[in-house]
Amino acid sequence: MQQKEDFFLRADKLAIGYDKHALPLHENINVSVKPGQFTCLLGPNGAGKSTLIKTLCGFIKPIGGQVWYGDEKIERIPEIQRAKKVSVVLTDRLDVHNLTTFELVALGRTPYTGFFGKLLPHDIELVHHAIEEVGLHGYALKSIDKMSDGERQKAMIAKALVQETPFIILDEPAAFLDLPAKIEIMQLLRRLSKQKNRGILLSTHDLDMALQIADKIWLMAQGKTLQEGIPEDLVLTNQFKRFFEREGIQFDNHTGTFKYHKTIQEYIVLKGEGNTRVWLGRALNRLGFDTVEKDSEWTVEVLQGIPTQLALYHTNKLLLKCDTIEELMNGMTAAMAAAKQK
Amino acid sequence: MQGETAKSRKNYAYIALVVLLLLLFVLNISLGSVYIPFYVVLKWMVGMQIENEIWQNILLKSRLPQSITALLAGAGLAAGGLQMQTLFRNPLAGPSILGISSGAGLGVAIVILLFGAIQGVSLAGLGWYGSLTITAAAFIGAFWVLLMILFLAQKLKNNAMLLIVGIMVGYASSAIVGLLQFISSKEDVQSFVLWGLGSFNNLSWDKHIIFIPMVVLGLLGSLFLIKPLNVLLLGENYAANLGLNIKRSRLSILVITGLLTATITAFCGPIAFLGLAVPHLSKGIFKTADHSVLIPAVMLFGGALALLCHLIARLPGFDGTLPINAVTSLIGAPIVIYVILKRRSLTQ
Repeated sequence: MQQKEDFFLRADKLAIGYDKHALPLHENINVSVKPGQFTCLLGPNGAGKSTLIKTLCGFIKPIGGQVWYGDEKIERIPEIQRAKKVSVVLTDRLDVHNLTTFELVALGRTPYTGFFGKLLPHDIELVHHAIEEVGLHGYALKSIDKMSDGERQKAMIAKALVQETPFIILDEPAAFLDLPAKIEIMQLLRRLSKQKNRGILLSTHDLDMALQIADKIWLMAQGKTLQEGIPEDLVLTNQFKRFFEREGIQFDNHTGTFKYHKTIQEYIVLKGEGNTRVWLGRALNRLGFDTVEKDSEWTVEVLQGIPTQLALYHTNKLLLKCDTIEELMNGMTAAMAAAKQK
Repeated sequence: MQGETAKSRKNYAYIALVVLLLLLFVLNISLGSVYIPFYVVLKWMVGMQIENEIWQNILLKSRLPQSITALLAGAGLAAGGLQMQTLFRNPLAGPSILGISSGAGLGVAIVILLFGAIQGVSLAGLGWYGSLTITAAAFIGAFWVLLMILFLAQKLKNNAMLLIVGIMVGYASSAIVGLLQFISSKEDVQSFVLWGLGSFNNLSWDKHIIFIPMVVLGLLGSLFLIKPLNVLLLGENYAANLGLNIKRSRLSILVITGLLTATITAFCGPIAFLGLAVPHLSKGIFKTADHSVLIPAVMLFGGALALLCHLIARLPGFDGTLPINAVTSLIGAPIVIYVILKRRSLTQ
């Protein structure tokens, strides 16, 4: 297995798309994946993430420019050699009965086995090792049609591991999964990229996750040139903000999340400390209030004490005192309207 | 590749299938409309001389070639069916899905119906030469469709398109056959319908000289497809990423299945059901998707089931032989329904 430090997967002035005669979906893509690097390809649905991934894997031909594996162009690499350079985990659903985890993972050894696909002791050992490594201990003889989506996805990752390729490319590996399974898969992939020095590229539309976990992010959106960088730089240079700006959605550079609530009814001063303050702030945002440090006639305060109480003031006059955020939110609008009329 | 329990299950199932196959083969040779004592059959089978020349003739010229026909046809259709189900990732696919049987039917229809209508010659009345002509026509029809499918397979990227083309070829052939039937005489239509019901009885040794080598070639060829078929279980994208040359593999699978289906249909008529049902039954028994187990399994199972059907078709009491197509479907359909219901209740 090639794992030289300078063995890159590189796109050079790449143009992608399905139709050679139509305009390409994207042009002038210049990016690379290094061994041991964990890269997330981020973009909304329909941005062309799958097309880029399929082009990098060699499933579809570039419309322009080149894809390089080391110093070889992808079209020049014979199938069997390509199978030893890049492995994939796709969104294609597997619908096979009675295929065990072991058998599925063992198919990853296909490029190395002989004419009848017989496994040698070395192959068998690798397969078992990979099954352990992705956390499927005890699943070797279990049929994949009786496993959860997350477990099946892990088995596919194990398949990619035994293929022993310097690069692993995954198309939306966490798309069907619930949140804990999603986090688990992402952690697993990150760990594998570091421990085994594999260059991993995955596409996702989960921005929060990508910001926290990726070494590099590639940003992709329709009609915009692909941007790459480390997550923090992309935030600080406002690239994220510009990329995702749409009607009603705003990226908050401060928290690294999206704001869902654009229309602001009132500014409100938020006082207090701790967890309660954070969650109270979110509740107020949801109602359409923007929280500020000062300069507003409205104040909400978290009163210290046991139990914690919440209070609403209008120019230092107490309007409301509640035990839960729900009570405060229910009473707030009416109390504020009444105070305004006076 | 499997655990210990799965391994022993596999071995038991193989042994059971082989025993069943041998048993059915012997029964097929022993039983028939003419009673021949079992010890005489045994004596003959171990190569000893038997005095009764009529018995000798029946065994050698009728029952043995028929049993071999059933065995090979069953094995070949089942192997073809499994390959089509894996290639198209479709449980309803069978060896006839490519339109090859329809092509054979069209060839036969042209010969029987068109020649009959134009020249006023009824091939049914021509005896042995007539039967050879029909086989040749079926062969030409089947291989013509196969060549067309292979040509299209080079052009089309997508397996689903190929599947649709195969089905369309089937419809088009049926339509032409329907037209031919419309203009033909009653006797000719009946002899075409008879061909369409299928039979393992029509192969004498001089036809076997062609039939056996071609089917055996197809069966041996199937063994060489084990690795590509296993990889194709994951779908074409994964298979391509695992280094499989998709076009070449697809072509080899089509050639092998086409050879088997075309040959068997030409000599036996379109045999329904075996090719579709046997792969399902074998997957149910062997509980695996691994083709290194399944390919030999469907061959054994297909041979055994065809022999069973042939035996039932010739049960004493019937005048002559029942159409084999009726028997395969009547026996096979309930078995498949049973297997599917049982599998469903297991998974729930």
